Amino acid sequence: MAARFSVTFLLACVALCNLQVYHVSGDLDQAKREPESFTEPNEVPVDEKLEKPSNEPPIVTDSKPIEEAQDDRQWQATEEEAMAKPEPGDDTAPPPPFKDEFKEELVIRPLQSGDVYASFQFSTLWDTDFVQGKRVSHYHLFPKSLGQVISKFSIRELHISFTQGFWRTMQWGQPFLPSPPGAELWVWFQDTVTDVDGAWKELTNVLSGIFCASLNFIDSTNTVQPTASFKPLGLGNVTDSRFLRYAMLPREIVCTENLTPWKKLLPCGSKAGLAVLLKSEKLFHSSFHSEAVHIRPVCQDAECKEPSWELRQTLNVVFDVYTSGQGKKEWSLFKMFSRTLTEACPLSSSSKVYVDVTDNPEGELFDLLPVSPLLDQAVVLGDRRTYVVYDLTNRDTFGSTRSLNLLVRWKADGGEMMRPLLHSERYVAGFGLQTGEIHTLIYNYHPYRAYPVLLMETVPWYLRLYIHTLTVTSKSKENKPSYIHYQPSKDRLRPHLLEMLVQLPPNSVTEVTVQFERALLKWTEYTPDPNHGFYVGSSVISALVPSMVAMDTNNTQERPLFSSFFPCKEESSYFARVYTEPLLVNLPTPDFSMPYNVICLTCTVVAVGYGSFYNLLTRTFQVEEPSPGLAKRLANVIRRWRGVPEL
Amino acid sequence: MGLLSDPNRRRALTNLLTRLNTPICVVCYLAGLAWFMGLAFEPFTLRTYMSENAMGSTMVEERFPAGERALATGREFAAHKRKVGGMPVDWLVKTMQARGLEVYTQRFSRTLPFPDENKERYIVHGTNVYGILRAPRAPRTEALVLTAPCTEGNNNHQAVGLLLGLAQYFRNQVYWAKDIIFLVNEHDLIGMQAWLEGYHHTNITGMDWTPLQGRGGSIQAALSLELSSDVITSLDLVLEGLNGQLPNLDLANLFYAFCQKIDILCTIQGKLQRSDWDTPSGYTHAAQTMMLMVMKQASGRPWGDHGLFLRYHIEAATIKGINSFRQYKTDATTIGRLLEGMFRKLNNLLERLHQSYFFYLMPSLSHFVSIGYYMPAFGLLAVILLLRVSSFNTFSLEAHALDLWVQLGTPPPGTEDGVGGMEQSSSPSVLSILTPVVISHMTGAALFTLPIRSQEMAVEHFPVSETEAVVLTAIAIYTAGLALPHNTHKFLAGEGTEKGWRVLKLVALLYLAVLLGCTALINFSLGFILALTLVPVAAFITPHVPKAFSATVMVLLSPGFTLLYCVFVYQELQESPVSLAEGWILFLSVISQGILDHSLYGSLVYPLLALFIYPCWLLFWNILFWK
Repeated sequence: MAARFSVTFLLACVALCNLQVYHVSGDLDQAKREPESFTEPNEVPVDEKLEKPSNEPPIVTDSKPIEEAQDDRQWQATEEEAMAKPEPGDDTAPPPPFKDEFKEELVIRPLQSGDVYASFQFSTLWDTDFVQGKRVSHYHLFPKSLGQVISKFSIRELHISFTQGFWRTMQWGQPFLPSPPGAELWVWFQDTVTDVDGAWKELTNVLSGIFCASLNFIDSTNTVQPTASFKPLGLGNVTDSRFLRYAMLPREIVCTENLTPWKKLLPCGSKAGLAVLLKSEKLFHSSFHSEAVHIRPVCQDAECKEPSWELRQTLNVVFDVYTSGQGKKEWSLFKMFSRTLTEACPLSSSSKVYVDVTDNPEGELFDLLPVSPLLDQAVVLGDRRTYVVYDLTNRDTFGSTRSLNLLVRWKADGGEMMRPLLHSERYVAGFGLQTGEIHTLIYNYHPYRAYPVLLMETVPWYLRLYIHTLTVTSKSKENKPSYIHYQPSKDRLRPHLLEMLVQLPPNSVTEVTVQFERALLKWTEYTPDPNHGFYVGSSVISALVPSMVAMDTNNTQERPLFSSFFPCKEESSYFARVYTEPLLVNLPTPDFSMPYNVICLTCTVVAVGYGSFYNLLTRTFQVEEPSPGLAKRLANVIRRWRGVPEL
Repeated sequence: MGLLSDPNRRRALTNLLTRLNTPICVVCYLAGLAWFMGLAFEPFTLRTYMSENAMGSTMVEERFPAGERALATGREFAAHKRKVGGMPVDWLVKTMQARGLEVYTQRFSRTLPFPDENKERYIVHGTNVYGILRAPRAPRTEALVLTAPCTEGNNNHQAVGLLLGLAQYFRNQVYWAKDIIFLVNEHDLIGMQAWLEGYHHTNITGMDWTPLQGRGGSIQAALSLELSSDVITSLDLVLEGLNGQLPNLDLANLFYAFCQKIDILCTIQGKLQRSDWDTPSGYTHAAQTMMLMVMKQASGRPWGDHGLFLRYHIEAATIKGINSFRQYKTDATTIGRLLEGMFRKLNNLLERLHQSYFFYLMPSLSHFVSIGYYMPAFGLLAVILLLRVSSFNTFSLEAHALDLWVQLGTPPPGTEDGVGGMEQSSSPSVLSILTPVVISHMTGAALFTLPIRSQEMAVEHFPVSETEAVVLTAIAIYTAGLALPHNTHKFLAGEGTEKGWRVLKLVALLYLAVLLGCTALINFSLGFILALTLVPVAAFITPHVPKAFSATVMVLLSPGFTLLYCVFVYQELQESPVSLAEGWILFLSVISQGILDHSLYGSLVYPLLALFIYPCWLLFWNILFWK
């Protein structure tokens, strides 16, 4: 209740904050939107844009779009380049009072299953330091509500995601940013924090207010400290897991009430730029919806002396075009979002739409309208992808209608999707309400390379794991994990945490099983709908997966020969995280609807049946003397009082 | 109970019970029977009502339009099935994929312990095909199942067609909150068993199956569909599952509610319900329906593919289309709408179905008898056993059964002949009691194990098939058991004493009471039918009754003959009476099916009868021939 109470207050703060931003930025964005300015500040120097000739294969270059979130090295490299560039531009524009920057991006990838995957990324960078004792009180693009949270709780990194639905790896491939169903929160605190648990408790309550979610249900029974699975993604290499807290709420339902506060963190809100597309009636009418906020420190420049803070807001959504389009695969921005794009966010330094056309190099599968001259190629998640780029800061993009409505007309059925190399599955085996077995299957589809994965399972205390029954088998042989970290649960205090480093043989299924016993809860510990079952959060599989590019041997003709003999180290593997399904487990549940009957029956049985039988069986019977008359009893009373032996 | 603490009043009560024991027992027996028959009388039963809130108040609009197309798909399926000569796996996979499902297959194989002559199968290989329709926003935690068995021969195509039609229609809807699994299973129950074992990764019956690749979380409810003609006149609901388990009554209520809404004739046990409950024929009709349910439940076998789901705590029912050439016809679109409505309501469930009854009998689809109403009928029969325990003790041990315990607690005065006498006489009789108990149970164990194990030997030496060998061996062991135990006294040192058989009978009575009590709690019908025949035997058998007559009565009331009667009564209730010879053939096949049900699906009726009920009956047989 407390969380909900603080919501209105915080929302008001956020709204106010955004309003201010809007006013302050009025003249600033005039400066930014000079006709020349769209050419530079955000572009990576090596990136070249070429007019696409009508019938020649496009000339593409290797820029790295921002969605390569998984690979740390590439991540930072991109940032550094992006950061380094604005310096020369400072001569022409007046030095901005705030060294901050906002970029927005939308990536659309038509999936082979006929669905359409749209991924929004909004990034705010601010060259400031929240934690070095300085009080930051003037906010520009960075949301004040989050800035205050960072400095108050001395946060090094914060990652929070809300997801509705389940990412279907086998049909959709890898997502840019994976997230488990429900809510997930993990935070690295600064090493100056002494009471981490206290800060964590308070932080979850504050975030619960900011995001209007039930994060206040995070307590010690669902918080763990993973030792290996969750490393900081930003600056700094402190890996002492004492400062890490991780929690998952698989039952959390995500809806508009979470989207609205999330949108309000954006500098333009949902009024301009890509965010106008975020209409909840369409976003929640989808097969998958996930919104996330990531905060982390990154390098300011190549020398990396000063940190700068990055707020990355992402929203991933998969539209089932087939269902909503009456069986047709055609899609357009308007059909998906019921809006079209008319302008970039005036505060943004970069605003782009990417459409993945890798499967459609010659336009034989579908027509993408309007035609854009810009092409971009990047290695994303180990796969070389080609994108058509629409730069929203360029007025020509919108054409004569002053609105951009991307449109795809299918000409043929899509080909086969390349099977993702890492895939997992989890289920509860067995029947009855006493014991069960959790099976986690991890598939390695790579034809010839083995690679290690980190498996992390968090199981609530009311499933008592029999850790001696833990088995890991691949190809029907025992597979000994090279690292196991197991923290047993404590009843009503903390969950089980199991982390393992398992080597996956090539082209194999690795099965991890562990048996458990279902505990009997106290009757007040049942949820309001106990017969629904109890959730066990997704397990997390983190891996460095060998890249498809490295696997690809037919690619030599597209590249110069000198570049293709040794596999390129940088592209040889990519980081992937896979979340399994959450589990729904039934616990032995009393019949709450019949307490009256139960009480009546129990009382009757105890009083009448058991009581009298017990009485009969234990009592010794003896013949009773006839009771003395009234006079005699009176006499006895008197004699007792006198101390004389009774009659 | 203060009554029992007072020695005088206790004695009075004991005397009353002793003097009037036989009349009381007879009255109890008749009252139990009358109570049971009264359950079918409509004013004594409750109307069904929807208990589950999530399914009751919500409105659902059914719009399934494509019945004709579904039938066409069914015909296509039939054509492919004929061409392949079995399950058209590739075609099904392709068709399901075209409908936007995630499709998986599961192969299984099973060698039966002996050939099943009813279905003509021995070594079974098959493939299950299932497609999962993923709910848009649910994280694969809950699922609903719709199955259509792909049986041999030329039936059930319409069910598969309708299943595929529904899959296509459901795919275009957005409201699904649970994954929906569409399963076409081969070799009906064996395929179903393989799929369920694969889904839950258990192996109870030693079947070989390939592991499943796709799952939808915990299954909340399942419906099995059996249709054999394009147009049907009524839909029959089958509830009885493995070991007499029943799905939650709300599932039946749901079916009934939608039949009422869409205006489809619906039956249970193939019987329409009648409104003229106050006429004798109306009552007979209800009684027949209920008795059929009792018979089916008592058999402990799954009466449809749904029956195997119940073990996994999944509420399931089979819906059977019946074409009885009545005037009133229902087409496939209407059945599709019915299923759509049921699935949408099940989709609305927040929790598992648990609000309504799990133990009930249904004299008609709109009325039910709950456990609280039918248990007294069994209780009245069971109390006879306890009365007998108390009564004959007063003769033999000169002590009431309760008295006995009470007096055991007091230090024996030594001079009182009651307690002292019993203790002296009971010590030698321990062996004489234990021997028959052990021997009868060994006979039971032989009856349980030998028929299957010795079938090869039997086939070598006699001109019979394997199935006949198993059944005839079972009957032979059963009959041999009658000869065995009463010869055991010859191996004992002394002759059986008067007190010996009384103690044996005490033990046997208590044993039977416990057995029947436990059985009735799990499977009321089985417990009640066994009690009907075994209780009179148990109550009145002593060594002093006329031997020949009593032996005949006992044999006629033995478990084996009970089974035979059940076969005839069942056929009579089905309105397809059989002659004696046909009945005997049926009886033999029922025995083989019972043994098969045990080894294939883990039905417990055969082990219960062979290992416990039959030895217990042998104990009474032994008492009759006590020397």
